[in-house]
Formats: sequence, C-alpha cells, structure tokens
Amino acid sequence: MPAYRSTVLLCAGGGCISCGCLPVREAMEAELKRRNLADEVRVVQTGCVGSCDLGPVLIVYPDEVFYQKVSPGDVPKLVDEHFLKGRVFERLLVKSAETDNLIATQREFAFFNKQVKIVLENCGVIDPENIEEYVARGGYLALGQVISERTPEWVIEELKKSGLRGRGGAGFPAGTKWDFVRKAPGERKYVVCNADEGDPGAFMDRSVLEGDPHRVLEAMAIAGFAASADQGYIYVRAEYPLAIRRTRRAIQQAREAGFLGRNLFESSFSFDIDIRVGAGAFVCGEETALLASIEGKRGIPRPRPPFPAVSGLWGKPTLINNVETYACIVPIITRGGDWYASIGTEKSKGTKVFALAGKIRNTGLVEVPMGTTLREIVYDIGGGVPNGRKFKAAQTGGPSGGCIPAEHLDIPMDYESLAKVGSIVGSGGLIIMDEDSCMVDVAKFFMEFCTDESCGKCPPCRVGTRQIYGLLDKITKGEARIEDLHLLEELCGMVKESSLCGLGQTAPNPVLSTLRYFRDEYLEHIVDRRCPAKVCPSLIRYSIDEAACTGCSLCARNCPENTIFKVEDQKKYRIDPARCVKCGVCFDVCRFGAVVKS
Amino acid sequence: METCTENVLYQQLDSVMAHYNRSPDALIQVLHQGQELFGYLPDEVLRHIARGLRLPISKVYGVVTFYSFFTTVPRGKHTVMVCLGTACYVKGAERILARLKKELNVDLGQTTRDHLFTLSAARCVGACGLAPVAMIDDDVYGKLTPDKAVKTLKKYR
Ligand SMILES: Cc1cc2nc3c(=O)[nH]c(=O)nc-3n(C[C@H](O)[C@H](O)[C@H](O)COP(=O)(O)O)c2cc1C
Ligand code: SF4
Ligand code: SF4
Ligand code: FES
Repeated sequence: MPAYRSTVLLCAGGGCISCGCLPVREAMEAELKRRNLADEVRVVQTGCVGSCDLGPVLIVYPDEVFYQKVSPGDVPKLVDEHFLKGRVFERLLVKSAETDNLIATQREFAFFNKQVKIVLENCGVIDPENIEEYVARGGYLALGQVISERTPEWVIEELKKSGLRGRGGAGFPAGTKWDFVRKAPGERKYVVCNADEGDPGAFMDRSVLEGDPHRVLEAMAIAGFAASADQGYIYVRAEYPLAIRRTRRAIQQAREAGFLGRNLFESSFSFDIDIRVGAGAFVCGEETALLASIEGKRGIPRPRPPFPAVSGLWGKPTLINNVETYACIVPIITRGGDWYASIGTEKSKGTKVFALAGKIRNTGLVEVPMGTTLREIVYDIGGGVPNGRKFKAAQTGGPSGGCIPAEHLDIPMDYESLAKVGSIVGSGGLIIMDEDSCMVDVAKFFMEFCTDESCGKCPPCRVGTRQIYGLLDKITKGEARIEDLHLLEELCGMVKESSLCGLGQTAPNPVLSTLRYFRDEYLEHIVDRRCPAKVCPSLIRYSIDEAACTGCSLCARNCPENTIFKVEDQKKYRIDPARCVKCGVCFDVCRFGAVVKS
Repeated sequence: METCTENVLYQQLDSVMAHYNRSPDALIQVLHQGQELFGYLPDEVLRHIARGLRLPISKVYGVVTFYSFFTTVPRGKHTVMVCLGTACYVKGAERILARLKKELNVDLGQTTRDHLFTLSAARCVGACGLAPVAMIDDDVYGKLTPDKAVKTLKKYR
C-alpha cells in the first residue's frame, strides 16, 4: 500500500451531491493521475461535513485546508497550487464574516471550531461505504468488548450514568428505557431505530445514516445485547433514498465481516438488522404508529400504556430509539458514562446536533454541548442573519415546537430552558427567521401541516386542528375579529388536552408560542388589517414604481396571471390590481427594485 | 409485447413477495417495489399483491390510501417534488411551486399532458441547508430560484 502524503476528503453528503461534488471527484482523480500524484494523494468520499451551503467542499489533510464551492474547472489549478507548488489555493477559501480575512483551515473556521463532535465525529471524515474505514477508527471494538467482557447490566449502568436522553423529541432517559425492555418478560424482543425524521427542518438523522451508518448498526447490536433481542429494524423515510442505499450497503458489509448475524464474536449472541422503508406519513414517527407501519399496517397511534418496552412489535417487548440517540452509544461505551455526563448541563447531558437553516449565513449541521446559548449558535457558528436583516425568531421542534424571540437569544439550548420559554429541543431542527417572516403565517404554516398529517383517529386532533387553521386563515386575510383570538386560545387548549398522541397534543404549540411573543403582530392583522412583515397576500398589494421601471418586461413575462401590462406609448409597465394574485413573482424578478410591496 | 413485459413485472413482484416469505407484514415494502416496477399501483397489481400476501383487498386499499407515497394513478416519467418544509417555506418555496405550476401547466398531484412530469410536494427532503429545495426523481436540487427550477427541468425533457 502506498504511503500517502495527503488525503483529500470530499464531502458526498446529500447536500454536496446536489451541488455537483461527484464530477469534482472525477476531475480530481483524473488530474492527480495526470500529474503522477495518484500514489501520493488519496481521495476519500465522505458523508456530510456539515457546512451544507458551501458545497462542494474539500478538506485536504494533514493540514486541514478547507476549500469551498469547488467546481470541476477549479481542480487543475487547485492541484497545481496545493500539491505541486505547496501553497494554499486562496480563491477557494472561506472568508470570515466579520473581518473579511481568508480562513485557510477547518480549525480556524468558527463554524467548526465552536463545535464539539461526538455524534458526528466520523461524518465527513470516513468513507461511509467502506466498513474498513469505520473499523480503522475503532469501529465495532465496543461491540466486541461488550459481548466478550461485559454484562447487559454493565451496559445499562453506563448508559444510566451517562444521563443520555432520547434525541427523537421526548427526551426520555435512554438507560431507563433499555432497562425496562431488558426486564420486560418475554422470549422474543426487538430493537428498532426510528429514522423517520419527520420534523421538516431536521436532517441530522439523514446525515448520520449517510455519513456513518455503521455507528448506528453497532449501537443497535449493543442494544440487542443489553435487551436480549436478536432482531433489529431501521425504519427510514422514503424521502431519503441515499440514506437507505448506504445503510443497506453497511448492513451487507457488517454481515460479511461478522459484526451482524449469528454468534457474534464467537459468542452465543446473534443479532441481525433489516430496513423498513416508510411511505410518507408524518405520524409514523410516533413510536406506536411506527411499529404498526413496520407490521405493514396503517400507521395509526394507539394509546400507551402499554408502552412498546412491554408490548411493541407483534406484541413483543421492543426497544425504540432515535438515530441520534443510537449514535451516542458507542462513545459512551468506549469512554464511559461519566465522561459523557461531564458534557452539557446538569439535567441535559452530552451534545445535541442542531440542523441550522433558514435566514442564516452558515447553514448545516452543528453539534454543540447541551446548554450552548442560542446566540452562540446563531452568531458565532451560524455567522448571523445575512443581507443586513435582523433576527426575528428561531423556530425549534418543528410542528410540535415554538418560536424563540430575540429577547431570549441568550437562552441555553437544553430541555429545561427551552420548555421554560414555551418551546422544545425536539429533534433539533433550528430554523432562523428574519423580519420577512410573518409569525401568524408561520403558525398557519405549521397548522396546515398538522391538519394534513393528522391520522384522523381522534376528533379533537382531526377537527380541532382544522378549526384552528380556519381561524388563522381568517386572521391572515384580515377578516377576523378580536373575539376570534380568544376562541383560538380556547381551541388550542382543547386540542392539547384531549388528543391521543403527541401530534395532536403538541400541534397547538406553534400557535401558542407565537401568540405569546408576537401578540402585537396578530393584533395588527386583526385590528389594523395590516401584515407588518408584508407576507399575507390579502393585506398587501404590489405596484410598479414607474420612475424606477426600465421597461425590461421581465415581470410581465413572469407573471403567472398575465396581469402586468405595458403602459401605452411608454417603456413602462403597470399591474392590474384587480387580477393580481399577489404571488410576488414580479417583486422577485425585477432587477431594478421597481416593483414595490405595500 | 405489452403483456409479455407485464408478465415479467408480475414475476418480479412475485419474487419480491417470496423474498418476504409472503408475509402480510411486508405489505408496505411490497407496495414500494410494486410502485417501482409498474410506476404506480393499478387495481390489478393491488389485487395481485392481496392474493400473494393472503390479505383482504380492503386492507390493501386501506394501507395504500393512508400513505401519501403510494399512487393509484399513473405518474409522469419524472416526479418533481417541491419541498414545502419549514426551511424551504422560510426561503420562499411557494414561489418555486407557483412557477413550476405555471411552467408545467398542472396543479399539485397532477401529471403533464405529455406524461413527462408529475408535480408533487414534500414535507422536507432533509436538505434544509440548501433551501429552497426540490427533488426530481432521486436527485436533490438546492438553492433554487424560480428560474433555476425551470432550467433544471430542461435536463429531463
Ligand atoms: C407525531 C410524532 C412524530 C414523531 N416523529 C419522530 C421522528 O420522526 N423521529 C423520532 O426519532 N422520533 C419521533 N417521535 C418520537 C417517538 O415517538 C419516540 O419518542 C422516539 O422514537 C423514541 O426515541 P428516543 O427516546 O431515542 O427519542 C415522534 C413523536 C410524535 C408524537
Ligand atoms: S422588471 Fe422591473 S424594470 Fe423591468 S419592466 Fe418589470 S418592473 Fe419594470
Ligand atoms: S404579484 Fe404575481 S400575480 Fe400579481 S402582478 Fe406580480 S407576478 Fe402578477
Ligand atoms: S425544509 Fe425543505 S429540505 Fe428540509
């Protein structure tokens, strides 16, 4: 095997693939060959590095030089500069948001150096399609050690010591859950991994499966050992074809290598894993619905108790955890529960991965110790809100969560603190909004989601969410009266109290939290019939400032309603307000700022 | 000719069911494969699956209608899935959708006259960092503008 002088890590997460990283890889390999460097420089295709908006991304080791937005055309020059002339190719470096200075290495880049990677330690570092790379980083050692030297009780004790809580949303202590399943009576037991990742705005589970699938497989096998289960299932949503493909391949490789299957590590313990693919129902992320779906049925939740730990798949005791929860297991086993518990806050231990998106400069996956403040995440890591706009709110927890306003930017991101301000950690989706978001419309957006995704089993959820949506719709149309606000609050309370599963119980949260912090904005819609963020179509109008209009006709050609017409004898355009559907297309396309929203 | 290829498809479907030991639990996985093979799930295919897995046809319909991923009407050659998840919503996904509706002259869930594209919506495809996002078949396209979205379609024509 040649001794490589350098390694080029090429991010092939879903994001970078969509930005065209695979042609970059081809160009890189061809160029290295052409320059006779193929034996000196190795190219490794990794999972998501985390900085999704900068793709295609390359990191060159050993110096950790970080190149962004690389195109195949850049490659010859990059190889020439970096590998032949031995200097950094400046044109593809990241610029610091504050100082405009070039950032050469990953370590210097605030987006990375403020993070603490446990869950994502291998993502963006190893080739997820090659089990040897996982093994080379100590993979499957923990499983081997546990099977040959430890007892299930020891595993559960470490897990309890670690203080790890479920990352799928509810935050239930993992060690306690594993203990329940272990102690539940029954011959046959199952281990299930929830990779349904339904919260729109969260994508850490996807990245873990795409970037480091063996970590989840190993953890599930350890869970099988601790709970005496011999079969595991990973339930992945159908929207993640790449994650499904890479996980399938990982299972195959683990079987061939003897890490899954019969008599693992020459013991009496056997464990295997299969994949079940979801079919586009949000409610299937709820554990009892998910289990029904694995059984091939409609994903309709059932009352708990009995909990899956007692009666789950086919009525057998079933351990169900989220992908990120499993992704914490191997480090806890290897480095000990006490080590893990030393990270984070008193009641929220370890790290949490947040999926940073929306109106923020650096989007992507961010792993930080629990208790890191929202401000640090938004400004230090995320680089703040772009385009000179102001931070308005951060949405956490998706359709079950809430909006955190600017006054709470210093809140520590942990289970307890977020609950106090009326939001939740949830699965870790973190969407940043600026002044261009209307908070009533945001509430309506989530309520529409819930009406659509309600499985229809219980009337408060099925009917109540519709009624709430109807009220919000009235408000955004400027047709509501002040009494409607009280009715809205009442309905929210009712749906919260009397729904069967978490979907209905938490569906009113986005409404309640926006009402709590942005009540004035609701009132403006109702009383003044005005949408201050200029979002709600019924309350705004578009017109063309004829002084600024150059007559390029771009807006007229793009208007879906053909309602923009040329002013006779002039190189000017005008909108027919009667036929305008306020889609905003003209506003977006005009390059001269001549379309005004008022 | 037509029936001949169809026979092959049914044979493949049978081997999928055999792989799952004709267990009724495998219904959703078999439906996935069925949709992959036939492009959609017509009545005859559903009946075939019901017989194969020894399930009442009512149960099969119940599952197919519950999950939004399954379709009982033919789809276009390519599925254009616009993400309407939170990150994409904040970044103006509605505009992308409006533009694509206009360009393709269809509404959500409909297929173009030439059977080339079906327009659909997703709740998040997990590429939120690149919002607004659309998927065409298995490929993700990020940081879209209405114009870019239309240009992307051209690749598939
Ligand atoms: C409506 C609804 C949707 C859910 N969606 C998910 C999901 O997509 N992924 C997930 O891991 N947990 C989801 N959960 C939480 C699961 O029910 C369950 O608590 C979790 O899988 C347990 O794993 P954990 O303890 O590791 O978090 C959802 C819950 C509800 C009520
Ligand atoms: S695009 Fe702008 S400048 Fe051009 S015609 Fe329309 S409004 Fe006038
Ligand atoms: S807002 Fe939409 S409908 Fe109205 S004029 Fe502009 S492009 Fe046409
Ligand atoms: S919200 Fe569109 S990809 Fe996640």
